[in-house]
Amino acid sequence: MTGAGEVQSERTRLAVAGARATVAVALRNQPRRDVILHALFAGLLLLAILLALAGLAALLIQALVRGAPALGPDLFTNVPSTINPEQAGFRPAIIGSLELIAGVILFVVPIGVGAAIYLEEYADKTRWWNRVIEVNIQNLAAVPSIIYGILGLAFIVRGPLDLGFILAAGSLTLALLVLPVVIIAGREAIRAVPDSIRQGSLALGATRWQTIRHQVLPAAIPGVATGVILAVSRALGEAAPLLLVGAVVFITFDPTPFSADGYSALPVQIFQYATRPQEAFQELAFAGVIVMLVVLLAMNSFAIWLRNRYERRW
Amino acid sequence: MTNRQMASDETRAGAGREAREAAAERASIAVRPEFRPGGSGRRERVFQLKGVEVLYSGVSAVKDISMDIHRNDVTALIGPSGCGKSTLLRCFNRMNDLIPGAEVRGDLLYHGEDLYGPAVDPVQVRKLIGMVFQKPNPFPKSIYDNVAFGPRILGRKENLDQTVEGALKGAALWDEVKDRLDSNAYGLSGGQQQRLCIARCIAVQPDTILMDEPCSALDPISTGKIEDLMIELKEEFSIVIVTHNMQQAARVSDRTAFLMVELDADEQNRWGRLVEYDETERIFTNPRDKRTEDYVSGKVG
Amino acid sequence: MDASGSGAEGPGGQTASRLQAPGRRLGEKTIEVMLALCGVLSVLTTTAIVISLVGPTIGFFQLVPIGDFLFGTEWTPQFEPPSFGVLEIVVGTLNVTLWAMVFAIPIGLGAAIYLSEYAAPRVRKTVKPILEILAGIPTVAIGIFAVSFLLPEVIQRFWPGDFLGGAVGKPFMALAAGLGVGLMIVPIIASISEDAMSAVPRGLREGAYAMGATRMEVATRVVFPAALSGIVASVVLAISRAVGETMIVVLAAGSNPNLTFNPVESIQAMTAYIATTATGDISTGSVDYKSVFAVGTVLFVMTLAMNMLSIRLVRRYREVYE
Repeated sequence: MTGAGEVQSERTRLAVAGARATVAVALRNQPRRDVILHALFAGLLLLAILLALAGLAALLIQALVRGAPALGPDLFTNVPSTINPEQAGFRPAIIGSLELIAGVILFVVPIGVGAAIYLEEYADKTRWWNRVIEVNIQNLAAVPSIIYGILGLAFIVRGPLDLGFILAAGSLTLALLVLPVVIIAGREAIRAVPDSIRQGSLALGATRWQTIRHQVLPAAIPGVATGVILAVSRALGEAAPLLLVGAVVFITFDPTPFSADGYSALPVQIFQYATRPQEAFQELAFAGVIVMLVVLLAMNSFAIWLRNRYERRW
Repeated sequence: MTNRQMASDETRAGAGREAREAAAERASIAVRPEFRPGGSGRRERVFQLKGVEVLYSGVSAVKDISMDIHRNDVTALIGPSGCGKSTLLRCFNRMNDLIPGAEVRGDLLYHGEDLYGPAVDPVQVRKLIGMVFQKPNPFPKSIYDNVAFGPRILGRKENLDQTVEGALKGAALWDEVKDRLDSNAYGLSGGQQQRLCIARCIAVQPDTILMDEPCSALDPISTGKIEDLMIELKEEFSIVIVTHNMQQAARVSDRTAFLMVELDADEQNRWGRLVEYDETERIFTNPRDKRTEDYVSGKVG
Repeated sequence: MDASGSGAEGPGGQTASRLQAPGRRLGEKTIEVMLALCGVLSVLTTTAIVISLVGPTIGFFQLVPIGDFLFGTEWTPQFEPPSFGVLEIVVGTLNVTLWAMVFAIPIGLGAAIYLSEYAAPRVRKTVKPILEILAGIPTVAIGIFAVSFLLPEVIQRFWPGDFLGGAVGKPFMALAAGLGVGLMIVPIIASISEDAMSAVPRGLREGAYAMGATRMEVATRVVFPAALSGIVASVVLAISRAVGETMIVVLAAGSNPNLTFNPVESIQAMTAYIATTATGDISTGSVDYKSVFAVGTVLFVMTLAMNMLSIRLVRRYREVYE
């Protein structure tokens, strides 16, 4: 392994540092007040966790309390209104989000899984271009979402693809945003399949693709599915990129993927309601947040259940 | 003959009609016509090696291997750790191709044909020369699907049930699993899993089976069952087995090759070399080379 | 694509064909090419991002001198004459990021140390999923929470009087967005740091315990230093996420560029400028339109640098132990 010497000395360096620290610790005096110090430290750590949990709890509780009045079936059937908040709802936004997500899945599953298979099973890892692809994917996973909005504006809505401000463009933009998530999750799932399975399959006279298709992929599906659900959760909650690719139109009809009349999405609609001062609109915004959180919770619970049920302990 | 072999023979003779029927059944499903043992069966060479050398990233692992593997023999490769037995074994079915930087030099003929020729497809090679690994590696599927995988990808989907049954019988596993073919293979014990891997292998109808320390991960009783199996299987297949257990080689093999590690002058590089290759009885009772004698008598490890 | 057939079946069949492939295995090759294309798409995406930013940015610098852009301190594109000193909105972003890190680093690291060194397995099993839930909350929800709860109920209630100008009467402020962003990035710091701490070999800990060290000493003197590169990586990644965050700053931080690090003043972040300008009424080709891309370029370069640093640090700590 290249750098084995470096790894060895790094390990040694840490071991030595650890040993020094512990000897220093063991050889000095231990006065009484240290007990209080230790308790204080543990207390602070606990406080840290509690603060984080408190923040989360406050968020959830506030959303529930302020959004409850607006909850009801009307939320899903009514269309937005600027004049009459009591009659307003989320219908176009919800349908828009559903269609956006469908487009994301259609794009991201074949391409993401395909890229993961290529990188894990076919690519020669010593070649420089394969390493470039790897680093690339890790970088793309951390690019701010609004930059993807700019990409969508310049390349998909206008530019080469020139699709216009349609829902399909928003779908494609979101798909590019979450593609790295699927690729990374897919790679981990494929990597987790032990090599002995591949060897057994190849030794029977199967080709590489036959081995992938019949042995590796089926075993990796739970991990891949979890990754896709994670990606979809992320795409569902993103507003920033959609703002740049046309999801700002205030529409009252059900959007369709290719219509030039515009589209809307749930997080964007929530944002628009939230910027209006009237209490009724604020309630709507919180109600929208509740809906979104419930859906996300359901999806993530499903992903966790999927992982626990089907994940193989090799 | 060792006690082991005599006991097996007795069992087979004692089983009588049953055994003959079972053997006939196996023979009818497993073997391609040109591979059946015939008049010239035992003399025919399956593999011919001349000056075979294997290198990993330019560093030799085994050098100068010259030997012939005969049909329907059980040929054992023995030797201390690190002498390249597994490396050599993997040459026979081109599994070394999967290791980046691996290179095979010299002549390796399979039924007279260059196994590493330019037009040769490793995938085809592996359909004819099967392998069983040290640690049983059944697929995470049902027992049936494990055995059926090979025939399915070969496109031999007719009479799949019979093929599976025949293979499982050939691996002496049928009686134990016939009622639970749809259950997951991981529910089997280690010894059963290894026999499943053998069944999976013979379902493809190869003519040679390579076994890389097939019993080293198993308990003694399972080891015994598989050793008995090897003796039965050699009626139809040629078997090459790597083992670090000398007694096992003595029990099951017809011919034994003894490999040894060699160091170069400044002790920087090491590689394996074939020291002696002869009929098993000769190797273990009256070897020609002193190194062989030292190894089989336990003087060196 | 299945390659069926096994060559000559009959006795005495041509041996030569037995070892050859039945076809040219075109199916395999095609599949490999298609899969490679999927992998290449990621490179194409990055290229596309760069291209989409670079063009208009260059156009922008033909209208606005790059010195004015990088070093000017007034960001007033709508004035006549307009001023494009990006520093004002960069500082706005950094203002929010600073307070976010002040909040998130102690909490994230505290949580990580607790989970890694102190918590019983059952506590870990309940707390870790909760942190994951926090990581999954959409930023628009956090932004609404920040402006409608954190700002009035937390900041304005507890802020000492007129300190730094006072918090009362302000609908937007950097600190509100900062707390919101901080909440958002706590899971990043906590989970990556905890990952790095778990990777520290047990032998190091046990050696220290065996010599009589206390849990606090082991955590701070042994584990923390050993996991340092992973911890730093998590912080760098968190900063990158904070800098790139849009919805929270749009909702809570304000839309007035303000060259200050004062937490209780409203500012405009880079991302907020991009969002509000690109959705407003501007014509393509105008200097305002191009300014969006110029700011985008700054944002992209900043986050790219931080991401690459973080990736390198993570690789370092993973390599040491795996």
